[in-house]
This record gives sequence, C-alpha cells and structure tokens, in this order.
Amino acid sequence: MAFRLKLVPDNTNIDFFRWQVLTFGLSSVAAVLSVVALFVFGLNFGIDFKGGTTIRTESTQAVDVGEYRQALQPLDLGDVAITQVYDPTFREDQHVAQVRVSAQEGTEAVTPETISAIEAALQEVDPSITFPQIESVGPKVSGELIQTAIYAVLASLAAISVYIWLRFEWQFAVGAIVSLLHDVLITMGVFAAFQIKFDLTTIAALLTIVGYSINDTVVVFDRLRENLMKYKKRPLRDLMNLSVNETLSRTVMTSGTTLVALIALLILGGDVIRGFVFAITFGILIGTYSSVYIAKNVVLWLGVKRDWSKKDPEQDGSPFSNAEAP
Amino acid sequence: MLQIDRWKRILIIGICLLGLAYAMPNLFYNRVEAHNDAVATIEKTGVTTPELVQARDGWPGWLPSGLVNLGLDLRGGAHLLGEVQVDQVYKARMDSLWPELRRALADERATIGAVRRVPAPDGVLKIEIGQPDQLARAVEIVRGFSEPVTTLTGAGQSSLAIDAQGNAITIRLSDAEKAVTDDRTIQQSLEIIRRRVDEVGTREPTIMRQGTDRILIQVPGIGSAAELKALIGTTAKLTFNPVVGTGADPDARVGIGQVVLPAADQEGVYYTVEETPVVTGEELTDALPSTDQNGMPSVDFRFNPTGARKFGAYTSANVGQPFAIVLDDQVISAPVIRQAITTGSGQISGSMDYEEANRLAVLLRAGALPAELTFLEERTVGPELGQDSIDAGRIASAVGFVAVIVLMILSYGLFGLFASVALAVNMGLIFGVLSMIGATLTLPGIAGIVLTIGMAVDANVLVFERIREEKKTARGPARAIEQGYERAMSAIIDANITTLIVAAILFVLGSGPVKGFAVTLTIGIVTSVFTALFVTRLLTIAWFERARPRQIEV
Repeated sequence: MAFRLKLVPDNTNIDFFRWQVLTFGLSSVAAVLSVVALFVFGLNFGIDFKGGTTIRTESTQAVDVGEYRQALQPLDLGDVAITQVYDPTFREDQHVAQVRVSAQEGTEAVTPETISAIEAALQEVDPSITFPQIESVGPKVSGELIQTAIYAVLASLAAISVYIWLRFEWQFAVGAIVSLLHDVLITMGVFAAFQIKFDLTTIAALLTIVGYSINDTVVVFDRLRENLMKYKKRPLRDLMNLSVNETLSRTVMTSGTTLVALIALLILGGDVIRGFVFAITFGILIGTYSSVYIAKNVVLWLGVKRDWSKKDPEQDGSPFSNAEAP
Repeated sequence: MLQIDRWKRILIIGICLLGLAYAMPNLFYNRVEAHNDAVATIEKTGVTTPELVQARDGWPGWLPSGLVNLGLDLRGGAHLLGEVQVDQVYKARMDSLWPELRRALADERATIGAVRRVPAPDGVLKIEIGQPDQLARAVEIVRGFSEPVTTLTGAGQSSLAIDAQGNAITIRLSDAEKAVTDDRTIQQSLEIIRRRVDEVGTREPTIMRQGTDRILIQVPGIGSAAELKALIGTTAKLTFNPVVGTGADPDARVGIGQVVLPAADQEGVYYTVEETPVVTGEELTDALPSTDQNGMPSVDFRFNPTGARKFGAYTSANVGQPFAIVLDDQVISAPVIRQAITTGSGQISGSMDYEEANRLAVLLRAGALPAELTFLEERTVGPELGQDSIDAGRIASAVGFVAVIVLMILSYGLFGLFASVALAVNMGLIFGVLSMIGATLTLPGIAGIVLTIGMAVDANVLVFERIREEKKTARGPARAIEQGYERAMSAIIDANITTLIVAAILFVLGSGPVKGFAVTLTIGIVTSVFTALFVTRLLTIAWFERARPRQIEV
C-alpha cells in the first residue's frame, strides 16, 4: 500500500458530546467575554468606519516615531496615531510607518491642505520619505459604511437561515445561525481584545467566515440527514456522533488545505492585507470548531422530528420527549 | 456504470481549453497591454507609427487579448468619491426665475399691487403681493412659468410646486422636477468630469455614478488624489467671442486684444477672435439638442438675465457677423448671427447631424460643473506599493498552491494528483472568466483567489472521502467511485450554494475592494464545483478505463 498521510484515522469513534458541557461552556464564556471586550475596549475602527486619514510612509531611513510625532505636533491635528509597520516581506532598507489622523472637527469633506501639511512636516524630518498610500474618508461616508456593513452581515445570516430551513428543517437553521453568530461574535471579540484594525475588508472577512463556517456545518448536517433516514430508530445523539465522525476526515482535510493556503498568504502576503487574512484564518479555525461543537448541539437540544407519519410530534432526543407528565 | 459520453468529454475539455485560452494573455501581461493600447490608439487616431505597429504586433491579433484589470490598490492611482451638491441647482433655478417672474408680475401691478421677494430658505422663492385678494391672479401668472414634467412615474406633474397663503406665494421645484433636475445635474457632472479626466489621457479611468448623488472617480496611474481633485475642480471655460477673421495660419498676425484659436473639429482652420468675450459659459443656464425651423438639427441654449442682456445687445449690433463659441481655447462652432437674440435664448444651427447637435449641447452644458462637488473619500496608492502587493500575492499564491497539492497527493495519492490538476485548471478558469468579463482584480481579490485555492479542493475531498467509505461496502472500485460521486453531490451543492449566497450579498452591499473580493469568490466557487465534478471525474474515469484496476487506493 502506497504511503498515505492520514490526518484522521480511518475509523474514528469519538464521542463529541463527552465534553459537551466543557465546549459549550467555553464557547459561552468566550462569547460573553467577546461582548464584554466589545463594550470595554471597543473595536479599533479603521478610517472606513471612523472617518479620518491614514498615510503610509516609506523611507530608507529607520523610522523614529517620536520624531514624527514631534514634527506633526505644531499642526494641531487632534488625535494622531503613529505606528511603525514591520513585515517579513519588507526589504532591508524599507521602513514603513502608518500615520493616522482622526477626522477633523467640522469638515465634511477631506482637506488636501491638511494632507500636504503633514507630508511637508514629515519630509522635514526625513527627506527620503515617500507616501505610497494616502486614504481619507469623510465622516458622512464612514457612517454609511458601518450601516451597510451591518446590513450585509445580517442579510447573509438571514439568507443562509432561510436556505437551510428550506433544505433541512428549522432546527438546523437555528443551529446554523447560533454557530454563525458564535463565530462572528468571537472573531469580533478577538479584534476588540487585541485592538486589531477593523475596517471594510474585515467585514468581508467576517462574511467569508460565515460562508466557510456554514459550508462546514452543512456538510455535517447533510450527513446527519442521510443517517436520519438510514437509521430510523437510533437516538439522535448517536447519529450525530456518527455523522461527525464520518465527515471528520473531510472536515480536517478541507480546513487543512484552506489553512495551509491562508497561512502562506498570512506570512508572505504583505502587511496591507494581513488583518484581513488574519480574520479569515482565525475564522476558519473557529468555524471548523463550531460546526463540530456548536451547531449540532443546538440541533440536539431542539430535537428533530423523526417520524412524519405521527401527528403528535414526539421527538427523539428532544428535551421534552422524555419529560414525565406531572 | 462509470462512463461519460464522448460529446460530454469534448464539452468539458472544450470549456477548460477555452477558459485557459482566455487566461493565457495574463501570463504576458505587459505585451498584451501594449498591444491593446496600440490597437486602441490606432483606432482612435487613425495614425500608425512604427512604435505602435511594433507594440500591436507584439501579440497576435487572433489570440484572446482580454486582461484582468488591476484595481487601483494593485496598479496605483487615485480614487475619489464626490458628492454633487444637487440642492445648489434648486437655488440657482429659483434665483433665475425671480427676475422673469418679477417682470411678469410687474405688468399686472395695477391689479395685484407691489411685488417683493421675501427671505426664504435656499431653493425656495417666496414673494408677497400688495393686494391679498388678487392672490388667485398672481398664482395664475406664476403657474404660467410652470411646465409639465414627464417622467416614467410622475407624468402630468408640473415643474413648480406653488403654495399660496394670505398675501404670500411660496414657489419651489416640485418633487418630479427635482428628480429630473438631479438626474440632469449628475449626468452633466459626470460628463464634465469625464471630459476633464480624459484630457490627461490616462488609461481606463472609471467614472461612474454611485447612488443618487455621488460620483466615483478612479484614475489609474495618477500621482495623487489631490492632483486628481485639482484637475476635476478646474471648470471648463466657455466663452462667446466676436470673430475677426478666419484663416489657416496658426501664427497669423493679430491686432491688440485678439487671439488665434484653432477650430475644434476642423483640421487647419483657425479663427482670429477678440480676446474679451461677449458672454461666458457661467451665464449659460441650459443647452439642449433640438431642430431648427427647417427641421435640421440644432442646439437650443439659454442665458441667465445678465447674459441675455449682454448677448441681446451684441447680437442686435452685429447681425450678419459670425461669433465664436469657444471652449477651452478651441472654437467649437462659429455661427453667423441671423437676427438679434434678445430673449436670452438662442439657437445654434449649422451643418451638423443629430449626434453632433447632441454632443454640442453636452459640451455647452459641460462648460462648468452645474453644482459644487464635495469630496467624501479619497485614496491614493503609489504604483510601487501596488507592485509590492502583486509580488507578495503571487508568491503567497504559489506557495499556497504547492502546499495544497503536496497535502492532496500525500493524502489521496493518484486521486490527489487528479484533484491537483483540476485545481490548476480551476486557477486558469478563474483568470479566464475574470479576463472575459473584464472584472477588476483587487488586493482582497487576490486573497479571495488564495482562499479559493484552499477551499477548491473541498468538493474533491468530499468525493474522495465518500469513495473511501463506499469502498468498504460497494462491490468493486467502479461502483465505489460512482457511488462516491453520487452521494457526495448533495453536500457539495448545499455547501457551495450557502457560500454563494454570502458572496452575492457581499457583491450587492460591498463597495470597492470588497466587491472585487466577492467577484473572485463567486467565480472561484463556480469554477471549483465545475472542476471537481467534471474535470476530476473525467480524469478519474479516463484513468480507470486505461488501467482497469481491480483495487483502487484513495
């Protein structure tokens, strides 16, 4: 037999509900912590959502953040953040920094005078400095961008749940949505906790996570549906374990190939899209986890109607099915 | 059993080859780009220089020459989002209505009493009359200035909304007229900006309307957004100048205060005109294509009151003389004055067809921006940064690609190899489709492609895992393969449709780079399903027919 890399053994029989309390508990704690982080630290909104200007500087000389700050001091720009950017893809003599200026009070549109004043001040400090990227967003647009971003996330959640509901049953749709919300919330929590820049591309990343996570969940659901028809009498819990075990090698393999490609992009893709790629990479991990540990737990908890011939919806595995009448 | 009809095979291979053929020009990006530019230049100017011919012949004309457009974040350039202050036009309309209205009402001073304008918000004209009991008569006069508005939905509405109360009449533009006006304002602004940007002659600027009152301007290759802003901010200068003479010599001697200007559409024709204009474009309120009394195409134009007065005085004194319509130091038309034009409106007729009349009207209107443009968003990306991003993306894609292939072959052996071939075809198809539809590749778009590299094998993995399972129960390898494909189908479809839903929403709601990402993601999903279901399968079956294995190893 030829050599085969087996990420997962041929026949697994893992009881995924064994750590049910732990995993569900951990997820709940993580979700709550994320909400806390979102309220306490808040998201580090990029200029897309906050308005303002970012200027990327590049120089052959080493960046001295203090000097930059001093040079910009007399311009009275309000809130200025200067950060040096490091990246393994940079050349030896490539020193990059990011200057972020918050939206100027009382101006709807962007003032080119401000930008040229900043450029002149920085050139004073370092004559070799260039400005490969300047972005300015007025507060009016940024407000709208937030709005459409929220719409986009909500619309995709709604559309997906309708699709799942049509293709499967409502319990599956609820399970899928809960796990998607879990993924989105925790990813946002991580962004808040580590103050990673959250901008328009991050929203795209979040939606991609939604897409990937649902993709993963649907594969498990699909197998579960098949097994539900195949084994009419077995308890739902067992069937779920069976379904996850059967699809486990696929889940690991696909997550593996996707992660491999994304990690290449994360390391080699440059700093401009790093935040974006990081969000997707993190989301793939959590999406894989949630499709195994969250989505089906919700479905198990809600129960699935097994036998459509009976009028009385006595459901296997439903929390109510075994309840005794008082 | 395991088989695919011959015509299906031909179709599958044909689609792959077609996709790859369309993708191929991207491998020779610079050459093809030079070829395309040269072809466009030759077509536009009709001039062929040796350099142009050489550039054109750098790529055979019969090969596909569509390229993936590179977004500004990859190519470098400037991006501006401007908002047209459409309200300014309402104000201008009301302000120009007032003198006319005052004249009309003044004629009836005997019945309606003294008329005066009272302060009102911008875009609202409020007048008070001396005799409140004659309000109905005044309203009737005002109504005379209202014209029917024809829109798709609001047919039968009039252009003015008139409100009468006590001794006051409040006049504003009706909603239907506002909608029509807004539309015209944006169209004019677009046209002006397009003309402005085209003047710089950069490649493929994107100038498009966004939403109701916004204009998106993306110009590749321009140094900075500030530069672009300065360019768009410059108003086209339209003037009406007296003509002194006509000639073919650009260096003709002229008197003091006279200049020689070239004709815009006639080679070698030069006009000598008085430098001081009679009227300028700022005094023009509108220009529309129409027909003259002989049914020939012409252009109607209208001046504001000051312009009308000046124009009237000049034309009555110079009947039979030509006057030049000068736009940006080029004479676009030099009609002869047939009669005094005192009404403030006039007609330019001459030897032109309808298209030319339309263009002239646009040019006249395009003289100055109809309303102020405020900039809401501006982005500049330097070309080096774009190149860095392309390089980084290319390396990352290559590394990711190889890593995925290694992982697939190690896991699934020969089948993994089939999937890898399909993955390569998939990449080709993505670029082929992107080139075919002329989509724009952005930095997140590259990320979308890399993500697709990772996810594209998913459908294959689903099938292979399924074949592995079926091998345990099915009789013989052929049956296992067949069952594997069949059973994996519903999971593949459900999984990909849900991702497609997300991509569609990203496309509809996203803007700029996010949209680019959605496009590559969508194309990636479709092509990866195609390659997994057809290409891999075709390879598997072709191999199976040749090797006829007793056992398969997945």
